[in-house]
Amino acid sequence: PSVISATCFYSKRAAVVSAMEEEEEEELTLGDENIISASEDEGASDDERKHIKLLEAISCLGGKKRKKLTERSEASTQVSEFSVNAEGEGEKVKLSDLLGKMEKTPKNLNKTKKQLKDLEKKSDTLELPLSRQEKEKIQREVAYVKTSTEVSRWESVVTQNRNAEQLVFPLIQEPSGPKRIEQVVSGWKAQTPLEQEIFSLLHCNLQPTHDPVLTPVEEASLKAMSLEEAKIRRAELQKARALQSYYEAKAKRERKIKSKKYHKVQSKAKRKEFLKKFEDLCKTDPQAALEEFKKMELLRMEERMSLKHQNSGKWAKSKVIMGKYDLVARKAMQEQLEMNKDLTQKLVVPSEDEEQEQEEPKALPDFVNDPEPVGDPANPWMRGQLSAEALGPEVSHEVEQEEEEEPENEEEALLREFEQKRRLRQSEDKGFEPVVSEEQEDPVDEAENREAEEELSEKGEKDDEDGLAEFKNLFNRLVEPVILETGEEQGDEGLEEGLVRIHSLDDTELLANDHEASLVEPVPSDTSNMEASACPPSKNSKKVKVIDPSEVLTKQAKVIKVPHAPMMVEDEEDLDEQTTIIKEAFAGDDVVSDFLKDKRKLEEDSMPKVVDLTLPGWGEWGGVGLKPSRFKRRKFRIKPAPLPPRKDQKLPAVIISEKRNAALAAHQVSYSHLPFPFTKPEQFERTICSPVGNTWNTHNVMRKLTAPKVVTQMGAIIEPIAKDDFIKDKNPSKPQPNLQLTKDSSLAKTVCSMEMKGGKKLPR
Amino acid sequence: SISIQVRINQSSSLSSSIIHVLFSVPRNYDPTLHPFEVPREYTRALNATKLERVFAKPFVGSLDGHRDGINCMAKHSKSLSILLSGSCDGELKLWDLPKRKCVRTIQAHDGFVRGICSRFCGTSFFTVGDDKTVKKWNMETPGYGEREEPLSTILGKAMFTGIDHHQKDATFATCGQTVDIWDEQRSSPVRSFSWGVDSFSCVRYNPVETELLASCASDRSIVLYDMREATPLKKVVMKLRSNTLCWNPMEAYFFTCSNEDYNLYTYDMRRLNAPVTVHMDHVSAVLDLDYSPTGREFVSASFDKTIRIFRKDGGHSREVYHTKRMQHVICVKWSADNKYILSGSDEMNIRLWKANASEKLGLLSPREKEAHNYNQKLKEKFQHHPQLRRIARHRHLPRDIYKQRRELKEMLGSRRRKEKNVIKHSKPGSVPVVAERQKHVVNVE
Repeated sequence: PSVISATCFYSKRAAVVSAMEEEEEEELTLGDENIISASEDEGASDDERKHIKLLEAISCLGGKKRKKLTERSEASTQVSEFSVNAEGEGEKVKLSDLLGKMEKTPKNLNKTKKQLKDLEKKSDTLELPLSRQEKEKIQREVAYVKTSTEVSRWESVVTQNRNAEQLVFPLIQEPSGPKRIEQVVSGWKAQTPLEQEIFSLLHCNLQPTHDPVLTPVEEASLKAMSLEEAKIRRAELQKARALQSYYEAKAKRERKIKSKKYHKVQSKAKRKEFLKKFEDLCKTDPQAALEEFKKMELLRMEERMSLKHQNSGKWAKSKVIMGKYDLVARKAMQEQLEMNKDLTQKLVVPSEDEEQEQEEPKALPDFVNDPEPVGDPANPWMRGQLSAEALGPEVSHEVEQEEEEEPENEEEALLREFEQKRRLRQSEDKGFEPVVSEEQEDPVDEAENREAEEELSEKGEKDDEDGLAEFKNLFNRLVEPVILETGEEQGDEGLEEGLVRIHSLDDTELLANDHEASLVEPVPSDTSNMEASACPPSKNSKKVKVIDPSEVLTKQAKVIKVPHAPMMVEDEEDLDEQTTIIKEAFAGDDVVSDFLKDKRKLEEDSMPKVVDLTLPGWGEWGGVGLKPSRFKRRKFRIKPAPLPPRKDQKLPAVIISEKRNAALAAHQVSYSHLPFPFTKPEQFERTICSPVGNTWNTHNVMRKLTAPKVVTQMGAIIEPIAKDDFIKDKNPSKPQPNLQLTKDSSLAKTVCSMEMKGGKKLPR
Repeated sequence: SISIQVRINQSSSLSSSIIHVLFSVPRNYDPTLHPFEVPREYTRALNATKLERVFAKPFVGSLDGHRDGINCMAKHSKSLSILLSGSCDGELKLWDLPKRKCVRTIQAHDGFVRGICSRFCGTSFFTVGDDKTVKKWNMETPGYGEREEPLSTILGKAMFTGIDHHQKDATFATCGQTVDIWDEQRSSPVRSFSWGVDSFSCVRYNPVETELLASCASDRSIVLYDMREATPLKKVVMKLRSNTLCWNPMEAYFFTCSNEDYNLYTYDMRRLNAPVTVHMDHVSAVLDLDYSPTGREFVSASFDKTIRIFRKDGGHSREVYHTKRMQHVICVKWSADNKYILSGSDEMNIRLWKANASEKLGLLSPREKEAHNYNQKLKEKFQHHPQLRRIARHRHLPRDIYKQRRELKEMLGSRRRKEKNVIKHSKPGSVPVVAERQKHVVNVE
């Protein structure tokens, strides 16, 4: 056992094995008495052994040396098959022996040690193994869960098929079109040498000759992606492409922005970010930082080589000339020089970016590069433009004020002024002329506009052109309706009911009804309401119609008044509040008059109408301006018999519908029995209303509308849905023996753990 | 024009559109010129429904020749025109369906032929009988002078009551005292499942998830198995015994069983505690069922001498077939092209029915097809209108079945009424309202 324990020491299992061995031995020692008798028996089996030896000798004569089985030559209880004698047999192995071995072994076996120590400490008994029934129950449960999850993979396919507009069976259609001869004729063999040659070639290239037309590689590539996956992938690609195009468009737009300031800010931010990143990188990954640094250095070198900031460019030269007269130009020049100094110094400035390189010096004010000469008020060109803007003395005045406020900031103020002007000009170019013209007409609006513009100009520093344009747009949109409304107000008074918009004939009918109703109406309180409601979308009706509850529901008002009487004494304002609340609550709720109106309308609708069947031009002259004769009209005018009196004629608060026709009822779906998915009759009606036949639809539309849900082919066998075609095995299940193995190993593990638990029972 | 003709020959759907393009007369689709679209379509739908009933002649023909009641049938897995049938006297017949002739007769077993199944490749078939044997037969008729002999015979320990073949592999399953899985090459079962039951009446492979099996046992239970596992998976015990079951060939986890209590139950194998749908209409024990290959409908054969067609999720049948001479229907099959139904009954006849009673058989011209589609669509569109509904649902039933149905209805009605009354007159919440679906499962293990 010591050998064994030495050999298989490194695993968790080893401990258990040795432990088991020990147990075995214990049993053996118990059975020691029997050994003697066994050895006595040996004599009896001597003959047999001789016979075996003889056989062996004979077999050796053949020349081949068979591996000799070791003979059991000594009377020991244990002989291993590897002919290792059991030394120290009969002794018990104790855990402490094992531990001693462990201490000698060099490597870290702390875990095993600990486990063994734990084993020593524990005094639990082994758990009883589960009964067969229970074990099977667990197995069943596990297996069922497994299979049901496996089966659930069909769920998507099943729902898809259920919801499919059309299913064509057999689901996997054979490809139409010509087939290769090998597919049609079975058992065909290449016979002539030419054929054989061709086929050998095909075989070389793994081109299948028979059943599959595709090579294995092609087939694999086809199988690699199912339809859904392909769709998903395509969608992803589309999205990616769209995003890319957005990004590109954005980049393009940004590149096109001429504002120097924008780019300056942008690049500054970028630089800052870059610096930050670089610092971080320095901290986290010095190697990468070093590389980055080298790159920067290279860029800087290039920059220096390019002589960009040497004041030798066209622009710089012009600035030199301008610098004599222009403060700004001078400033720009200075900055340029500074930049130059910066670059020529042997200091490291990790700032360069590609975009930045492309740009001209950033320190320049934006308008410098503008084509128009700016700043000279004497310039007639300039003057003309400024006057067109109608940005009169006020602005300049304000600027002056500013100048007074901040004399030290003179330059900036000037800059700002120029900028304002430039912006205004640009916004004008973008098409706000109409506003300007209105401004000229309306002094108030003009003032407003100007105010807005001033606001803009104040804000100007931060905004770029786009923002400004947007704001202006918004502002204009706000302004225009104001103008319109004021115009209407001017028009006013006479329009009140004349402005009723009649959309259709029905509307006119309704109108007439209302008028009549108001005439006939017996209740005086109602008439006022009717009139109020009868004048539809005029300007006034835009306001919420407030109905005085006392007018509509006179009786109720009285009832309410009684309990409220004492409260009224307490606080009159409170009551007012309540009435207003009630008013608001019932606003637009003209129930009684609405009902009456409805009833009247129904009655009129159900009245039989006179039908005129006169055909002009029949039996007499016809044409433009000619009317059929009175005689004829009278003849072909059919007056229907009056209907029996309505059932609700004498019931003022009831409408009894007389639409139901018993003869028709058999052909109508009753409201109470609407088919399942529908909740409202309108929904159902809508499905019925659209015709599907070719009287109303073109041929193709009709074919699409009437396509059957299930299509089968005559004479085609419909195979059950196949797993390989519809479900892709993400992790192909292992073959059966493997499964068996894993199961066994898991079982072994459980056994192990159980043994470990019970290990304490080992004798010392 | 030649090219067009060629195309026309190639595909009918294409051809119809081409014909339309070539020969259509332009017309004005202005809706004002074609008023009353709904009433007109309604009339058309009504007419279509009426015509459907007029043309509903589902019976195609009968195959006679057996000398005892037909106990089992099987479809050929690769050919539509071959049918196998086994009778109660151990005789097995192969039928040529288009000719309606028996092409081969074998005395296969002593006693009943209990089950037949065709091998997936269609070259051979298996039968089991009361004589405790499983026999494998060649599908080919033996040559002149050769004797009609099975390719192999396996003698089992006990009687077999059913057999089914795996969809792809050379294994098959039988049931009897146990459910056994056999390898075709071996004479003893590879695996046998038993779960405290002594006899099974039916075993069926799942045609989609091919390693799954289900069986009906005599202890009123349905047991599910996985061929790869050592133990059965699950067992549902119902109130009455199920006779046969059938898996849906398009939806892997649904199966339907025909029960002794006149109903059929569709289960989702993942949720066995209650059936998904209870299909009622038969007035006697349901003996057999078979799914249509599209998985949309199934047909059931009953002891009440009728066969009924149910939609897979319909609680009531859409069709009932019966004839004066047809006795207890013992087995039924739906043909693999979804067009026909075959029923074998006690009085030794196999009957061939149309799956769609009013369908016109044979090739349809494109215009016919279009008209048919249009009519179908109209019927579907106006199906909720009472008149149409009444006409479409009307079926003639033999007098006794009609009476039984009425009786049954009354019984069910009174039971329901009583339940309602009990609920009404007891403390609210004390008597639970049990759905019909919940009533039939006793236990799930």
